[in-house]
Amino acid sequence: MAADYDLVIIGAGPGGLTAGLYAGRAMMKVLVLEKLVPGGQIIVTDWIENYPGFPDGISGFDLGEKMKNHMLNFGAVIESAEVKSVDFSGQEKKIKLTDKTITAKSVILAPGAAPRPLNIGEEKFIGKGVSFCATCDAPFFKGKTIVAVGGGDTAVQEALYLTKFAEKVYLVHRRDELRATKILQERAFANDKIEFVWDSVVTGMDGLFNVENVTIENVKTKETKKLAANGCFIWIGILPNTKFLDNSVELDEAGFIVADSNDMATTCEGVFAVGDARVTLLRQVSTAVGDGAIAAISAEHYIENI
Amino acid sequence: MTGIIELDDDNFDEEVLKAELPVMVDFWAPWCGPCKAIGPTVEALEKTYGEKMNFVKVNVDENPVVPSKYGIQAIPTLILFKGGEVVDKITGMVAKEKLEESIKKII
Repeated sequence: MAADYDLVIIGAGPGGLTAGLYAGRAMMKVLVLEKLVPGGQIIVTDWIENYPGFPDGISGFDLGEKMKNHMLNFGAVIESAEVKSVDFSGQEKKIKLTDKTITAKSVILAPGAAPRPLNIGEEKFIGKGVSFCATCDAPFFKGKTIVAVGGGDTAVQEALYLTKFAEKVYLVHRRDELRATKILQERAFANDKIEFVWDSVVTGMDGLFNVENVTIENVKTKETKKLAANGCFIWIGILPNTKFLDNSVELDEAGFIVADSNDMATTCEGVFAVGDARVTLLRQVSTAVGDGAIAAISAEHYIENI
Repeated sequence: MTGIIELDDDNFDEEVLKAELPVMVDFWAPWCGPCKAIGPTVEALEKTYGEKMNFVKVNVDENPVVPSKYGIQAIPTLILFKGGEVVDKITGMVAKEKLEESIKKII
């Protein structure tokens, strides 16, 4: 078989970069494809404090750079390209890019995920008050009022970051308790700039040029009200970046890739999946890294046996 | 090719609004991870298209006037100017291919 590569990894987040590191050390010919920038979602994370080995924490950008450079040291190559579609029907896997098609003996899917939008027409205010990235945009809201949406780890951690700049942060959550880890909850409850708005969802926003008001609805009483705010930061979960896969591997109803947690194998032979885009209990840098190591070794074993 | 020039509030009008060639302005700040992350992409674009247009960047921390004039509330933001007018504004991390599409429309 004369495939272009032993292994093509789609996505250069922590899972893809770790897979590339292990595959590179195993002397495989590896290409990593990344449509945006290496590092993945951690790039927009100001501070990561639960990745082992960094007791003082590390910025998401710095951790991504370190992982990328670490992988490059072992021979894997990164190319900036978006995968348009894949054809996994034959033994040789085909990956279609904008300007060419490449072939590989095996593939690791590490496409990650993107923030889930509210879908209430907030797109027109992106860059004008609506943001998914506190570390990018919070400093533009010095002394202002912000509505933050969500109740998980990301929402609570980023809402805390917003309080370094904003005068006031409303944390709007659809339930009456947070899902975030306890240490983050305690910090949020102790922060007097954060006002919790429970049992509520954002249903709209308005403003002449920039966001001026955010409309919320109480899901229990159905009562609506407008909060005067200059910004709306949204962290209500993620959507997996798996559209390009079409029906080539099994996805669950939300679009996450179904893979065996023992060896990361998808329903298509020779194709493995790691990280946030996989059906899994927990989506962390540390879990993506573990997935990546396993998938690389699985791919190596697969290639040895074809 | 001149590389990417760092502009400030004082020389922005001269270098961008009065420029003969189209200009891509990269609004960034040192605390912004995604801004640093797209840096290499903009540098690569400069290498390819640097003959036909200018590439500059403005640090929003040190220069309050220009970012506020163009309503910058999120970074990275890339604005394309031609003949002193804004012709395109791209906010957030986008693929290199998308940026090339925008560039090809104006050069």
